[in-house]
Amino acid sequence: MAKIIAGLTTSHIPAIGNAIAGGLEQDEYWKRFFDGYEPVKKWLDEVKPDLAIVVYNDHGLNFFLNQVPTFAMGCADQYQNADEGWGIPVLKPFQGDAAFSWHVAEKLINQGVDMCTCQEMKVDHGFTVPMQLFWRHHGDYPLKTLPFAVNTVQHPLPSARRCYEVGQALRTAVESYPEDMKVVIIGTGGLSHQLQGERSGLIDVEYDIECINSVIENPEWLCNQSNSEIMEKAGTEGIEVIMWMVMRGALPENVNVLHKHYHAPISNTGAGVLLLTPQED
Amino acid sequence: MSWQEHDYDSIPGTYVFDGQRSHSGYNLNRMAYSFIHKHNRDEFEADMDAYCRKYQLSDEQREAVLAGDFLKLMHLGGNVYYLAKIAVFHGLSVQDAGAAFHGITRDQFIQMLANNAEGFEDKLKQEGGFWHG
Repeated sequence: MAKIIAGLTTSHIPAIGNAIAGGLEQDEYWKRFFDGYEPVKKWLDEVKPDLAIVVYNDHGLNFFLNQVPTFAMGCADQYQNADEGWGIPVLKPFQGDAAFSWHVAEKLINQGVDMCTCQEMKVDHGFTVPMQLFWRHHGDYPLKTLPFAVNTVQHPLPSARRCYEVGQALRTAVESYPEDMKVVIIGTGGLSHQLQGERSGLIDVEYDIECINSVIENPEWLCNQSNSEIMEKAGTEGIEVIMWMVMRGALPENVNVLHKHYHAPISNTGAGVLLLTPQED
Repeated sequence: MSWQEHDYDSIPGTYVFDGQRSHSGYNLNRMAYSFIHKHNRDEFEADMDAYCRKYQLSDEQREAVLAGDFLKLMHLGGNVYYLAKIAVFHGLSVQDAGAAFHGITRDQFIQMLANNAEGFEDKLKQEGGFWHG
């Protein structure tokens, strides 16, 4: 049977992709941020997951504002990256697993999570930067992927609680797949940042730490907050933390914390890294 | 037609991108989206004014695009991720745009970010369990 063996979190801002492209990982500004990923990379290389579900938002590559699905997932054997018009280098395609994806889609919809299914889905930096952060040291990515897109761009957005519930359904869907597969799920984006308006540049370290604690041991704390309450503290783009809740819902109530890292600022953002594994009942 | 109010409308200095904003900024954001294709970027660069007219921007929107006035574009329904695709033509990053929203320099904005995060390592140590290198 397929099993979710870990949940990860990471920022996905394009500045990280540009820093990687420019070979800046050991520069003073970036070193502490990138070094904080090394223990996670080492762990992933030891356990060798077969597939990563990457929970991210599209920023105007695959989905324009003419059609904005609240939750959409890739159901293909390959996903292309493409020019975003932001000057970020285009990466080679990522492998998918259509049979796995369609199983997950069917089981989600059977549980009342009405997914948008995509047989062609271009993946932008929200997806590619996390893949790079965890696996760029491999020549070819050593695992398959399932892109899972959440609308965090055009309000109304799903609530933190809804994202958590979708994660719970996702776990049931994944773990009913008959093939033996080790799956990791990555909640991307966040933490506090606001790119727009006179309030841009906001970073709230204390709120970020509270979010990290909530994701680890008390998801109800974030589930009880409205999107307006989250944006008031974390900024309009900090709302991306709801995607961490999809990851958290896909893990059982109790988790082991194998790694916990925070750095701020990177570009305009507070950045949190978690490696959580399920505590067996 | 009456657009509904929201509790997030009262967050200061913030333009939550909702249906109302997206409706008002649709042509502007649609034009910005076209810049994912290089041939469209080339066409825009050759004649920005004509390209804005082709996408039926309002006069106000067109003038703000040509001037690189991103705060104005926010007011006129621009979404920050789409505006970023326009900012590239003015040689600007999200940090330049952030500085422009405050009317300060890029260096001042970067300093402001650093100030906002100041002391975070002490907070992590108090909290415990965080990686410290």
